[in-house]
Parts: sequence; C-alpha cells; structure tokens
Amino acid sequence: MKQILKSCTALTLSLAFCTQVIAQEALKELGKGEGELSIVAWAGYIERGDTDKAYDWVSSFEKETGCKVSVKTAATSDEMVALMNEGGFDLVTASGDASLRLVAGKRVQPINTNLIPSWKNVDKRLQEAPWYTVKGVHYGVPYVWGPNVLMYNTEVFKDKPPKSWNVVFEEMNLPDGKSNKGRIQAYDGPIHIADAANYLMFHKPELGIKSPYELNEDQYKAALDVLRGQRKLAGRYWHDAMIQVDDFKNEGVVASGSWPFQVNLLKSEKQPVASEFPEEGTTGWADTTMLHAESSHPNCAYMWMEHSLSAKVQGDVSAWFGANPSVGAACKGNELLTDEGCATNGYNDFDKIKFWRTPVSKCESQSECVPYHRWVSDYIGVIGGR
Amino acid sequence: MSTVTSQRVMLAKEAGLVGRISDFFWKHPHVFLALMLAPPLLWLGIIYLGSLLALLLQSFFSIDDYSGLVNYEFTLSTYGQLLNETNLDIIIRTVSMAVIVTLFSALIAFPIAYYAARYAKGKWKAFFYLGVMLPLWSSYLVKIYAWKLILAKEGILTWLLTKLNLLWLLDAWLSLPVIGGNSLSVSYTGTFIVFVYVWLPFMILPIQASLERVPVNLIEASSDLGSTPQQTFRHVLLPLALPGIVAGSIFTFSLTLGDYIIPQIIGSSRLFIGQAVYAQQGTAGNIPLAAAFTVVPIIIMGLYLWMARRMGAFDAL
Repeated sequence: MKQILKSCTALTLSLAFCTQVIAQEALKELGKGEGELSIVAWAGYIERGDTDKAYDWVSSFEKETGCKVSVKTAATSDEMVALMNEGGFDLVTASGDASLRLVAGKRVQPINTNLIPSWKNVDKRLQEAPWYTVKGVHYGVPYVWGPNVLMYNTEVFKDKPPKSWNVVFEEMNLPDGKSNKGRIQAYDGPIHIADAANYLMFHKPELGIKSPYELNEDQYKAALDVLRGQRKLAGRYWHDAMIQVDDFKNEGVVASGSWPFQVNLLKSEKQPVASEFPEEGTTGWADTTMLHAESSHPNCAYMWMEHSLSAKVQGDVSAWFGANPSVGAACKGNELLTDEGCATNGYNDFDKIKFWRTPVSKCESQSECVPYHRWVSDYIGVIGGR
Repeated sequence: MSTVTSQRVMLAKEAGLVGRISDFFWKHPHVFLALMLAPPLLWLGIIYLGSLLALLLQSFFSIDDYSGLVNYEFTLSTYGQLLNETNLDIIIRTVSMAVIVTLFSALIAFPIAYYAARYAKGKWKAFFYLGVMLPLWSSYLVKIYAWKLILAKEGILTWLLTKLNLLWLLDAWLSLPVIGGNSLSVSYTGTFIVFVYVWLPFMILPIQASLERVPVNLIEASSDLGSTPQQTFRHVLLPLALPGIVAGSIFTFSLTLGDYIIPQIIGSSRLFIGQAVYAQQGTAGNIPLAAAFTVVPIIIMGLYLWMARRMGAFDAL
C-alpha cells in the first residue's frame, strides 16, 4: 500500500514538473497557415451563422486563410483556465480574471504586435491594458469588453432611476414604497466582492481602497460586511444569464448588477427594464484573445487575431453579445450594431469601469493583498450566511 | 475393439496446440480463473479504485496561500480547513436536506407502492408503472426549470393560491425562519419539494418490489389472530417491507447528497456539497479541498451502506 502511495506521489510530481514551461519569446515572423485553428471561447463569441445567418465572422476567415476553425465554448473563466491547462488549444478569449492567471501559469505566449497590422487601430485605452500586458509585454490582443451595469425595473423606479449601487447593498424603500428586501439580486461569483469594494471606495474613502481587486485584510473585511448586509436582501444570486432574465420576469426581482446582454434581451421582449451607470462607477470585463504557449498552429492563430481586430468582426461580435468593440471604427456604419450600439453598451463610460482582474497576494498598490482563492471560500461563506 | 481405436485416434488428433492449452487449463484451474478475472479486476482496480485513490491522495495535499499552487506534501491541514464553520455549514446543510428528503420520500412512496403492489391490476398496473417511470424519461433539467416556473413568486402556485384565497398560508409559511424566503423558488422549501419530486420514483420502485414479496397469507393470519390493522402494519408489514424502504433510501439519500444542479437553480444560493466541490475545484483551483469535500459523502455513504446491509436492504435490490 505504502509503495502504491509513493509511486502515485511520484507520478503526480513528475506530471507537475512536466507542465512547467520555460519563458517563451514571441514569434519573429509569420509563415503559411497550418490549415487548422482551435479556440476556447465564451458562448456567442465565435459565430459561423449557425444561430443567425447574419452573424457569421468565421466562414470568410476560413475561406481567406484556409484555416479550419473549431470552437470549444466555456461557461466560466475558471473553465477556460482549466481547458488551457489541459492543452491542445490555440487561442482563448480570456476575461481579466483569467488572463493574468494564464500568464502567471505560463500557459500563454507573448504576442509580437508587429505581425498584426490592425494593432494600430486598437483603441488607445486598451493598448497597454494591465490585464494582458505584463512588464510591457503583450500576451494577446483585445477582443471585446463590457460593463456590469445596474439593471432596474422601470415600473418600480418610474422617473427616478437609481443613481447609486446602494439599492442592491443597503435596505431601503424603493420609489414604489416597498422595501427592496427580497427584490434584488447579485452575481454568484467571488469576483462580486470587487463590486462591494468599489462601492466602499466611493463611500468610505478612509479605508484607502485604491483598486477593488487589491484589498488588504481590513478593506477586505469591510467589503465582506457590505456583502453580508446584501445577503439579507437577496433571495437568490444569479449565475446563469438566462436565469436572471427569468427572475426579472417571474420572481419579482427589480434591481441587480447585470450585463448589457440581459438588458438588451429583456428589452427586446418588451419587459420594463433599463440600465444605469451608478455614480460609484462599475466593474466590467474585458476579454483578450490569447495564444497558447504550446500552440501547434501559431500562424493561423496570428491570422485570426488580425481578423478579429477588423472593424466588421468587432462590430458584429459587439452587436451579438451586447459588448463594446476594441476598435473605434467598429462603432460607425456597422449594420448589426447600428450607430447607437456603442453608446447603449457603454462605450463612452470606459473610464468609469474597473475591469475584472484576478486578485493576487503580491499586489501593486499595497504590500499584501487577499488572494483569489480566499475570495472564493469567503464568498461561499457569505452566501451561506456567515 | 474398433470403437476404442477410433477414440484413441480422436484424442491424438486433439492433442494439437488447442488441445495442449485446454489440457494445461484443466490441470491448472487457478490459472484459468485468474485469466478470466484479470480484465474485469484490472478495470475495477485501475479505472475505478485507482481514480478514487488518486482523488483521496489529493486531499492530503494543501494549497499554497501565496501562489495558489498545489503543494505536494503530506498534510492534514486541508481536512482541518474542511471543519471550519463555513464548510461545516455546507456539510450539515446537505446531510440534513438528504435526511429530510429521504424521510418524506419514504412517507409518500409507501402508500403509492402499497396500492400498486396490492390493488392495482392489469391495465391499472401498467398505467401505474408508466406514471412512476414517465418523469424519469424526460430530461432532468427540463423538470427542474419547469418547477422553477411553478414555484416562482409570480408563478403557477401563487396564482392558484390567490384564486383559492389561500395566499396568506403561503406567506405565513415563507415568513418562517430558515425554511422560508422571498418565494418558494428561492427557499429551502422549494429545493426540498423538487428533490422529493425528482427522486420519488427511486423510492417507490424498491418498496413496491419488497411489498410484492410479502405473502398475503401472513397478513391474513395476523388479522385472524386478532390484531388490529395498525398492529399488523407495525409488526408484520413494515418489518417485511423495511429492506425495500432502506434500499430506496440509499438512492434518495446518496442522490441528494451528491446533487449540485437542483440547489443551484432552485433555492437560496447557499451551497450544497456538490456545489462546493465544483466551486473549489473549478473556480478556486483548490483541488485538495475539493477532494476533501468528496471524501465526506464517501464516508457518510459508507456508514449508511454498512447499516443498510445489516438491515437486509440488499435482498430487495
């Protein structure tokens, strides 16, 4: 028995060593396409017209480059990290709470932006973004981004749209005279702690929070206290966008942090909802197309990155997903997105958004921060009523 | 004389390669047994126990607070972590839910199974089987989403109770601490109702099987000897049907213990063991703690099966 245990440990150890990769250099020049490309992406990010004929940005790429695209969809950032750790994929559309983990784990390689002609068109606000640029080295190209907005019921709030996130954090009477207790929702992911920190950053400056993703023990404790108050108000936490849509329709939920995707969907169904950028600012997600460290089709991958930055693709994806393009030109003249699309999805509110990042213990703004895995276990505790 | 010769010829013919092999096996029956058993044993040993062992092994490692990487050194700290307030809450919550769901399933299933085993005949019997099995045919997710709509605040149940002027009853129930909530679909009561609904067939069928095996003449004898129906039930029927109830309870108990989809869609977002494993493994990358969490149901089910075996549950499977 002891022998088996020992050999098992040895096996696990050797596996752990095998997956270590030496720091890599970016590609120097492009060759011919390898004929294949596999991408890990959010559902709806890589469409080839299967769902709706008008939304297709894969077929033309395949025709031009001869790279056959296969897509593996993932539902959470963590699933993406897991898939990339497994290997066998070329690209991933990683959100900010996954991208740095991938860089730290050496699962992705640096990108030579000189090989991507459209790089110069990328929104200046995104070119050096910290969620994919480490020490001046780019580990990918921006895809699309979006805010976590405050969605509310227009029949309840009438002509007084909520100006602050306090409607989801503190007990109060809403404009219809009834309490918000049991009528609000919050995101069922540890990253929601950042929303509470963002709220405190505005209302309790004495805590000295510089970034909602970099919290020391005291700031972290204060944020958890805000969330404990929220637990008493929230009936359920939303995990799946479609469940939130259903809860706004059938469960009497009237206010919640949300994505433009749900807002647009509910509006298209003629539900009385609208969204707001509260005074505290919001958190948000910005996704990056990243290249796997051991990608076997790097040339096709670079061609895709170039393709993904074209105004047409950027506009189409943004229209489909309720997101914002990383290329300014996409905001004008795109049939699917329309000229108002960018403003609706929050394109002009970039500065108010604090984009998702993975909390790490070795943080920039202070000596030591609370790392992500503690966010996970403590958020479970908060939802459980601790 | 001639027949003997021909037999010898046949034996000689068979003594080729095949014959020698078969002779070998005949002389060494243990080798033959080992050869036949090896593939299934390897399957069980490597695929099943091996993966289980690898999992158990993970739970003795720990996660490094600083880097979030798994530290491959033997430690019991992960199990210590398992016993902190939050995680203990999750375990207690899941086990109590499993116990209550099992008890209620048994309570509801028994009369149904009794009717099916004793009174339903011919067409009715077929109809009954269909009725019990039918929910199992449709997708589990579809059923849960349907229940979400039924139990929602603005759902069918609320509508029905409003029509019947019984809404105060629901409100009174929902205002209770712990089991109440904003609406049925965000309360423990809702989670409980759906669990019972989904696992009920797994309770009815084994109870029915065990009831069908209770000889009718024993019950008749009991009443002939002057015992009341209650006494007959307590001293004759129930003890004989008990293995079926225990067998059914193994299903409902273990299924509730491991489920992570129902509490995610219906309920108050408070985690159950299955969800905790998913969150720790998938979200936090804390595989040691996830592994330690999976050990909990294994231990609980081990104890449960051991008790069930002593009550003769496996005779009714």
